[in-house]
Amino acid sequence: MSKIGVFICHCGENISATVDVVRVAEAAGKLEGVEFSTDYKYMCSDPGQTLIKQMIKEKGLTGVIVAACSPRMHEPTFRKACSSAGLNPYMCEMSNLREHCSWVHDKSEATTQKAIDLVRTLVGKVKYNKPLYSIKVPVTKTALVIGGGIAGIQSSLDIANAGHQVVLVEKDPSIGGHMSQLSETFPTLDCSQCILTPRMVEVAQHPNIKLLTYAELEKLEGFIGNFKATIRKKAKSIDEDLCTGCGTCITKCPTKKIPSEFNTGLGKRTAIYVPFPQAVPNKPVIDKENCLYYKNGKCKICEKVCPTGAIRFDQEDELVELEVGAVVVATGFDVMEPSKFSEYGYGKYKDVITGLQFERLASASGPTLGEIRRPSDGKIPEKIVFVACAGSRDPSKGKPYCSKICCMYTAKHAMLYQHKVHHGESTIFYMDIRSAGKNYEEFVRRAIVEDDVKYIRGRVSKVYEENGKLIVKGVDTLLNAKPVEIQADMVVLATAAVANSGAEELAQKMHISYDAYNFFSEAHPKLKPVETNTAGIFLAGACQAPKDIPETVSQASGAAAKVAILFSQDELSREPVVAVVNRSAPPLYSTCVGCFMCATACPYQAIGEELITNRKGEVIKRVAKVNPGLCQGCGTCVAFCRSKSIDIDGYSNEQMYSEVMALLND
Amino acid sequence: MNEFEPKIVAFVCNWCTYAGADLTGTSRIKYAQNVKIIRFPCTGRIDFMLLLKSFGEGADGIIVSGCHPNDCHYTSGNFHARRRWIMFRGLLDMLGIDVRRIQYSWVSAAEGAKWADVVNTTVTAIRELGPYTDYAKVAGYLEKEANV
Repeated sequence: MSKIGVFICHCGENISATVDVVRVAEAAGKLEGVEFSTDYKYMCSDPGQTLIKQMIKEKGLTGVIVAACSPRMHEPTFRKACSSAGLNPYMCEMSNLREHCSWVHDKSEATTQKAIDLVRTLVGKVKYNKPLYSIKVPVTKTALVIGGGIAGIQSSLDIANAGHQVVLVEKDPSIGGHMSQLSETFPTLDCSQCILTPRMVEVAQHPNIKLLTYAELEKLEGFIGNFKATIRKKAKSIDEDLCTGCGTCITKCPTKKIPSEFNTGLGKRTAIYVPFPQAVPNKPVIDKENCLYYKNGKCKICEKVCPTGAIRFDQEDELVELEVGAVVVATGFDVMEPSKFSEYGYGKYKDVITGLQFERLASASGPTLGEIRRPSDGKIPEKIVFVACAGSRDPSKGKPYCSKICCMYTAKHAMLYQHKVHHGESTIFYMDIRSAGKNYEEFVRRAIVEDDVKYIRGRVSKVYEENGKLIVKGVDTLLNAKPVEIQADMVVLATAAVANSGAEELAQKMHISYDAYNFFSEAHPKLKPVETNTAGIFLAGACQAPKDIPETVSQASGAAAKVAILFSQDELSREPVVAVVNRSAPPLYSTCVGCFMCATACPYQAIGEELITNRKGEVIKRVAKVNPGLCQGCGTCVAFCRSKSIDIDGYSNEQMYSEVMALLND
Repeated sequence: MNEFEPKIVAFVCNWCTYAGADLTGTSRIKYAQNVKIIRFPCTGRIDFMLLLKSFGEGADGIIVSGCHPNDCHYTSGNFHARRRWIMFRGLLDMLGIDVRRIQYSWVSAAEGAKWADVVNTTVTAIRELGPYTDYAKVAGYLEKEANV
């Protein structure tokens, strides 16, 4: 038999001015199961809380209802008070007499009656409340960071500096990502390599960071604090312990004309290669697709010239299993392949290039050593046209979203060009200039005012070649849509930033959600921007949405902070509002019939299966099982269950039906 | 004054509509006393058997309200609820319940004024429909049969 205590709060006059609180307390006292009821001016004050604690002890209350303000305001306060008096905190509920009653109705009989109804409703629920205990989950204090661009580097360093172990997995032979390809960075024009490479070296030398390059995530199982990751280490065909990185193999490799990925196809590389001179680790890998030995079985020159005998042609992919407590996904972005925009002539004319290719041309370590030269004939272009929004904000052929970084890097490109080719002429076709950010607008102004970059507001309709010139036809919408024609030597397309080609597959491996463009989805667009819907997996950088470097670094540090918070405890404590599949005595064991409708409904992949065996170990029933570490307590599975075998603690069927019945039976 | 005062139960989710109704309170927007809220973690938790139970126990009308599509605290609970509602709506006629007795809506935590509006329009609509007595009649009929 329940012994419920009902405590009606006046909230100063907030409640008592419109609700006859004395009558509510009286009416509550007459309800079945109510042992004690009273009213008080401020229930949340110290004397108010003391009154509750005292009554719990004196009357041996088994449940408490505080009828006051919204539970969203003071539920934790009163649950704590109950807990300190020895009553399980989940036996305490709040009836909302202020926001849902006294503040929204005038003083009347009906208002008091409603308050009585609200209290009675909750008495019905509390009768069926069960003591709940917060769920403890152990934590493995190692983080897995996927992706070694600036986001992954920043997250890894922050987590490692907080004293935790990090495994950083990068799919390419070197870390560095897109940032290592950039020439200079906006809005300060400092050299990208100069600020990035010290960080890359720090990662390689950090005692808490284990770096796995040329490796990819194969599988991820488990849940927050307890993930099991399988990493595929692709065969580098090199014994990394023996290799000193001297580079003799690279100079002697006969296959020299492979387009370099790092130089976006503008430079060449060998079959045994390091992607760029400052690579970390600075040890080569053999590209099996282009190596003569792998193709024809002959060559092995690298093996002959290697002074330490580090070449291993028979090396195979290796699978490594890791136990990690948290995952930071920092897989970055890609630039859109602009060939489907046939009007711009990309792929048809060599001198129509992408913004990323322009970065390589402008980079001191690039194929032209920083001189802006046309890919077709190596001449210095006299006139360059930049096309902003090549694929962005274009729902019909490209992506409907804004890629965010292009306005800034296009201004930067034009500026760099003007600095390098003083007599050059640069024109930018744009839709809008979006330069929101610290010192960003000033930067664009500088390009216009100091470096004389021409901005034309309008779109380019066609680019074609005539007498060795690229004729750019566009329109100036600020001049009554006047057609514009420019004879350019080079055209640079600010192509849209898109999700990586493998993003969808990776998201499915990790059970995180992704949007219509395959960017990974954050748990909440405002308040949980680094979390995913899977607890323990965090996002950093442009894999979530296009971002510039400062934003990426902030988010990466944010993700690292979230990991550090997670790792600050040996055990995780969670609200025990989770779903449970019932168990009963043999021969039924559970009313669950194993249809797994609940598993399909669960947004968190929290429902797995359990095999019930008899004493001989034979499987006699296959039923659903909720992983309390993953369950977030939405209860969608409960409404789905056809045999009513799954229920949710805190909002159980018993509680909710009793609540409905109490409400309607006065 | 003998106007019919309908009994209306509101099944709302904790994160959007409950918070929205809190905002109605903090904004001091007045509405009718007829609606009483029952708090759920998510509209996805709302089993339509609970709605039928409410009609069986004497409710004249019901409001179901949660987060707007795409705003669900649990990502997709409200989509499940919406899908379930579409199925359930088709069965109501067969069950002898006028579909207008159930108001399905989305009220976010920022829509305090909308909540008051939903409540008031529902109360007006149910008042026009009159009391729901079909289940009581069935119960009475069964009782009579048993006594014969």
